[in-house]
Amino acid sequence: MSRSLPTTSHRPLLWEYARSTESTEIVDIEESYGLFIDGEFRKPKSGRTFPTINPATEERLSTVAEAGEADIDDAVAAARAAFDGVWGSMSGAERAKHLFRLARMVQERSRELAVLETLDGGKPIKESRDVDIPLVAAHFFYHAGWADKLDYLFPGMRPRALGVAGQVIPWNFPLLMLAWKVAPAMAAGNTVVLKPAETTPLTALAFASIAVEAGLPPGVLNVVTGAGATGAAVVGHPDVDKVAFTGSTAVGKVIQDRLAGSGKRLTLELGGKAAHVIFEDAPIDQAIEGVINGIFFNQGHVCCAGSRLLVEESIHDRFVDKLKRRLSTLRVGDPMDKNTDVGAINSREQLEKITELVDSGVSEGAEMFQPDCALPERGFFFRPTLFTGVSQSHRIAQEEIFGPVLAILTFRTPEEAVEKANNTPYGLSAGVWTTKGSRILWMADRMKAGVVWANTYNKFDPTSPFGGYKESGFGREGGRHGLLGYLDWSEG
Amino acid sequence: MTLATAHASVLPDRVTTATLRSFLRSVPSVDEVGAAERVAALSTRSIKRESKRAALDLMIRMMDLTTLEGKDTPGRIAQLAAKAIRPDPTQPSIPSVAAVCVYPNMVPYAVGATEGSGVRVASVATYFPSGLADIRLKLEEAKMVVAAGADEVDMVIDRGAFLAGDYFRVFDEVRRVKEACGDAHLKVILETGELATLDNVRRASLLAMAAGADFIKTSTGKVTPAATLPVTLVMLEAIRDFFDATGVMVGMKPAGGIRTSKEAMRYLVVLNETLGEPWMTPDRFRFGASSLLNDVLMQIRWLETGRYASPDYFTKD
Repeated sequence: MSRSLPTTSHRPLLWEYARSTESTEIVDIEESYGLFIDGEFRKPKSGRTFPTINPATEERLSTVAEAGEADIDDAVAAARAAFDGVWGSMSGAERAKHLFRLARMVQERSRELAVLETLDGGKPIKESRDVDIPLVAAHFFYHAGWADKLDYLFPGMRPRALGVAGQVIPWNFPLLMLAWKVAPAMAAGNTVVLKPAETTPLTALAFASIAVEAGLPPGVLNVVTGAGATGAAVVGHPDVDKVAFTGSTAVGKVIQDRLAGSGKRLTLELGGKAAHVIFEDAPIDQAIEGVINGIFFNQGHVCCAGSRLLVEESIHDRFVDKLKRRLSTLRVGDPMDKNTDVGAINSREQLEKITELVDSGVSEGAEMFQPDCALPERGFFFRPTLFTGVSQSHRIAQEEIFGPVLAILTFRTPEEAVEKANNTPYGLSAGVWTTKGSRILWMADRMKAGVVWANTYNKFDPTSPFGGYKESGFGREGGRHGLLGYLDWSEG
Repeated sequence: MTLATAHASVLPDRVTTATLRSFLRSVPSVDEVGAAERVAALSTRSIKRESKRAALDLMIRMMDLTTLEGKDTPGRIAQLAAKAIRPDPTQPSIPSVAAVCVYPNMVPYAVGATEGSGVRVASVATYFPSGLADIRLKLEEAKMVVAAGADEVDMVIDRGAFLAGDYFRVFDEVRRVKEACGDAHLKVILETGELATLDNVRRASLLAMAAGADFIKTSTGKVTPAATLPVTLVMLEAIRDFFDATGVMVGMKPAGGIRTSKEAMRYLVVLNETLGEPWMTPDRFRFGASSLLNDVLMQIRWLETGRYASPDYFTKD
């Protein structure tokens, strides 16, 4: 009666997506870059330079000046002069115009900035295009809105800018971290000396040229490139009033030590080892996506990465099976391919650190899983990795790996989940997945983390403060709380 | 009722409204925001060149070319069948669609017009689109369309019964219609636009599969919204869970509202990254559509010539 299925002609499709590479023609990378001081690019007095490479190919992109102490003196002096001469006394409404202009120009040049960010840092182009750069613009827009409303931040309190802010930022979100630091500092009336990370200076330098084009008064923003010594010179400079640092806990401790007694204001945004807690009644398939996003977003180079997964024991096996299958569909490789999910590790040094910690996981007895994906021959790449059978005492459960590596532990009761979640020197972020609203609130009350995401992960917005507890640092960035770090207050 | 099928492994031994309810309550919930984010992320996939060409071809081979109008006539069915067999008369290399999908009375004409072409005939049945009729009438209609030569039956579930919690009625109707279909393939339309929540979509998907559906299908096309990407994602995830539990591979058919190859491409990406290669075949995935076909043909022409042709160069049947 019914005709049989002509299955022979219906072979399944082997559907490999063709390469879809973002063009690099839009960016014009110069052979070398100077330091951006007092509104112009200058040769460094130090006479030293260093290369910046593309971590996906190991090819040199450009050569960048290394700022020495004399250069930092110049940059701080320029920032001081700009604060005293123009920026500190400028009306909030006028400062707002400058910030709005920067935000608009970031949007106009977003494709160029996204390509540059991916070339210099290794993150997938889809992330720099869809996450980093839109958030950069959002931060400038948001803080532009505050610049003329500081009197209303905390009614009854009169705000006053601090002066010169020395800011040192990391390599994981180069331009976004610039925005998190520069936008609130400038909105509050401070001037800035910013040191971008050694491996990712290019978007900060591109931003400096945007500032010139936007007519930002010279000296309001200074960009000094270099490595650790340059950063130390910025934060240690006697004429810097405020230090803001995002980076490793080890360096953060050194900075806090050095600044003790100096009278400088300090905010630190340091490492993390976030617990991501999955209850039995969670929306499982969305929780899987949340976990993937939590640890493999930006190759796990995220201080708030959900690197410790705590799964209720009753669903552990099923959840891990699903997670492994999902891991196998991640597309790892050329960050410039628009379909790449996991890009290049930022540097050889970071790749070695990840490798060493993963090796420790294996030797300490945890069970490792990696999907069978091909990695590019050149460049720094690491397979998405998960560990099961992890104990709290394993190094991979304690130390920040800052790479695409997930440690999976189990719990039996909500109390145990909280205890394990908080059993870390860090306290930056946490995630909880459950359909029970009352449990979300119960958990959020008890988890010692600056941010707790419920049924989602890695959500960022300029209106929402971000920052940590314990060894994850202090001070907040974003929202009204973020402006507090750049203002002094007097009554009336 | 006691079940003795491969599907039984997901179900309790005795299927009653009470046991079905507790089975469906144990299905993981769906977070609507998360589902929407997932499909939004997959929608940014950039499909170019040879992978795009292969997908366009596949879209045609996966298509249930559909006409479900009160004004359908034998002549209209003949035209549709001709289009289904040879979508682009100027390009014989372009494959036929999977099936034509018609109302019960049109089945004999569709069977006659597609004879020997490999294009299958699907018929809606069970008092499409509302499904609000006595089960005896529904079974009668299903048997009638199969007897008339339909290869595939697209039934609708009783959404009112589902929303009222009468899961046994929904389950039992699907099971009995499946029996009535004999060798014909059964697609079960959930009418997700009326189920409203993704939790309901997931539960109804599992209920239909456990009752014996060969395919689960989003919509009749008579209710807005019809197929959406989040609904399709959730149904594909239900298919995956069902396969994990039973080893049975159920097919998926989004239907209604997919008009451009760009939209269809997103469905294929979601399919590819949720169920993968074994489902990338017309045996396990169909598009229920009418106007999609010409858009796909235009895209193929563009890929081959580098120019967009006017719609006047594609037959409207």
